[in-house]
Amino acid sequence: MADIALVEAVNLALAHALEHDPSVVLLGEDIGANGGVFRATLGLQARFGTQRVMDTPLAETAIAGTAIGMAAMGLRPVAEIQFTGFIYPIVDQVINHAARLRHRTRGRLSCPLVIRSPCGAGIHAPEHHSESPEALFAHMPGLRVVMPSSPARAYGLLLAAIRDPDPVIFLEPTRLYRLFKQSVEDSGEALPLDTCFTLREGTDITLVAWGAMLQEVLRSADRLAEEGISAEVIDVATLKPLDTETLLASVAKTGRCVIVHEAPRTCGLGAEIAATIAERGLYSLLAPIERVTGYDVVVPLSRLEGHYMPSVARIVGAVKKTLEAST
Amino acid sequence: MTAVASFHIEYTRFLDPDGVPTQPLPNFAADTGVLQALYRAMVLTRAFDAKAVALQRTGKLGTFASSVGQEAIGVGLASAMRPEDALFPSYRDHAAQLLRGVTMTESLLYWGGDERGSCFDAAPHDFPNCVPIGTQVCHAAGAAYAFRLRGEAAVAVAIVGDGGTSKGDFYEGMNMAGVWRAPLVIVVNNNQWAISVPREQQTTAQTLAQKAIAAGIEGRQVDGNDVIAVHEAVRAALVKARGGDGPTLIEALSYRLGDHTTADDATRYRDPERVATMWQQEPIVRLRKYLLSLGAWDKPREDALIQDCQRSVEAAVQAYLAVAPPEVSAMFDHLYASLPHALDEQLATAQRFAEQAGNGHG
Repeated sequence: MADIALVEAVNLALAHALEHDPSVVLLGEDIGANGGVFRATLGLQARFGTQRVMDTPLAETAIAGTAIGMAAMGLRPVAEIQFTGFIYPIVDQVINHAARLRHRTRGRLSCPLVIRSPCGAGIHAPEHHSESPEALFAHMPGLRVVMPSSPARAYGLLLAAIRDPDPVIFLEPTRLYRLFKQSVEDSGEALPLDTCFTLREGTDITLVAWGAMLQEVLRSADRLAEEGISAEVIDVATLKPLDTETLLASVAKTGRCVIVHEAPRTCGLGAEIAATIAERGLYSLLAPIERVTGYDVVVPLSRLEGHYMPSVARIVGAVKKTLEAST
Repeated sequence: MTAVASFHIEYTRFLDPDGVPTQPLPNFAADTGVLQALYRAMVLTRAFDAKAVALQRTGKLGTFASSVGQEAIGVGLASAMRPEDALFPSYRDHAAQLLRGVTMTESLLYWGGDERGSCFDAAPHDFPNCVPIGTQVCHAAGAAYAFRLRGEAAVAVAIVGDGGTSKGDFYEGMNMAGVWRAPLVIVVNNNQWAISVPREQQTTAQTLAQKAIAAGIEGRQVDGNDVIAVHEAVRAALVKARGGDGPTLIEALSYRLGDHTTADDATRYRDPERVATMWQQEPIVRLRKYLLSLGAWDKPREDALIQDCQRSVEAAVQAYLAVAPPEVSAMFDHLYASLPHALDEQLATAQRFAEQAGNGHG
């Protein structure tokens, strides 16, 4: 068992799936000889051949659209969209077809495909390389949306996504690709796609986040612990469908909640989580829910992106505000 | 200057609008039984179309897209396909679908607002009607890749309209299939109209078939009102695809004699005289004239066929009208392989209000 980074865990899961399921194929731009621009598919074409790990023409719509045809005819395609900034052309194919095929044929045809895409800011990338569009896909019926926050969860959740009988949007935070390493066993064991991960138990406040934001949230929890504040940290990870039970149980215990996400605030998933807690957990709350999110602005280029990303200072500030407002 | 590339596009027609052969017919057409079967399929399609429009006009069907005048395209291509092939139709392709095994009752259910109309019990690999224009070309290309990867002899066949050739999906899917040499046949039903926008306004390209050239695949044009020409072109393209020689684009020239759909009124944007002229070229009459000239058709057979078609259409209509609406829970069925718990409460709400409404059907 080796210590590996998140991008290597993605590679490990893809290799495991290719090895054990002949119906799994990979397609995308530069994923073959180049191993993907982040090296997520490094070595896979050499190992599994050009028929199962294929470089496509530069055509996102057809990457998704052909993956739909493959999936409906019995393959398990895992398509890579090189950055989420380039994912928007496939929205038509994903929403109008991938997400609906099972429903509109009454289960006759289905679409077991995974769309992988690096997402998020924080790596000083060029324009159109830093977006967080998870809410766009989470809004659409028929999809699953997943975003891992560690190498181990990337491995287990990606295997689960590939084995799932329905389409999954799998968003990989670029900032975490090589940020830290973790021991990951190539066990082939998948993680559940319908359960939040409670990363730290606490009693005073529930901190809810996903993806790269868990870095700031865990550091905030450390900072708060130094001040005697006990924070429970929940990694939502499987963003759609949402595991509201875990979130509500935590808020029932702590009575306070701060939701943190990198995506813009308006209609972000934080709004859905806050609304759910307001509907079903209001009487547990000792203070209003706080959201710490990206601003409702275009993700800035690298010189300002540090100011866009929710910081430990903003998160700790929101927690303090919540504690002070408590009845 | 050196010419580094050049191309030409071939046009094929075997029967002129009067049913007179313009050149020796392909081998399959020597069998008058085959031609009679093609003729019957076109007549049935037209009877079905007429009935469906009438049902919509009397409030018994939702919006419907008639294929009147374009029957030869669907009949010609589907009659050339094998059962194990897969069809990726638009929403105007019941001519092809009926031959593939989709029932008229299923088609009526679909246009009548019931998802069970896409169950296609007898055409299990075929995709349902594709409404977002041109997107199905990508699906067909992907299916073709799957067939080839598994070493199967099946071919994916997509049908797209003239308007659809302006979409990026059309080019992207065709181009990718070209790179893959995937077993794909794309048939363009060039019926000259994308709702109200005429063919000339879709592109200044001289033909739609030549769009294949940019993808490096073969493109050809046929008289889409000549079912023999359509069948022969698709038959050859299927043989080529099955043999591993890659995709083909076939532009079938036809004319949309009806409205875009029952929600459309084409007199708003086109000259009725032109439509009347195009009725002189429609596909059913010309094949009938040819069969009559061979002595392979006559009035008694025509009368019997019309009666047969009306009987089977009427039976399909009665079967359609007898289908009870789905339970309200059907909205939630098949959204995922198994319903996520996150939707339990919404399902319960829908069911509760449906029960309160008193009929259990919402």
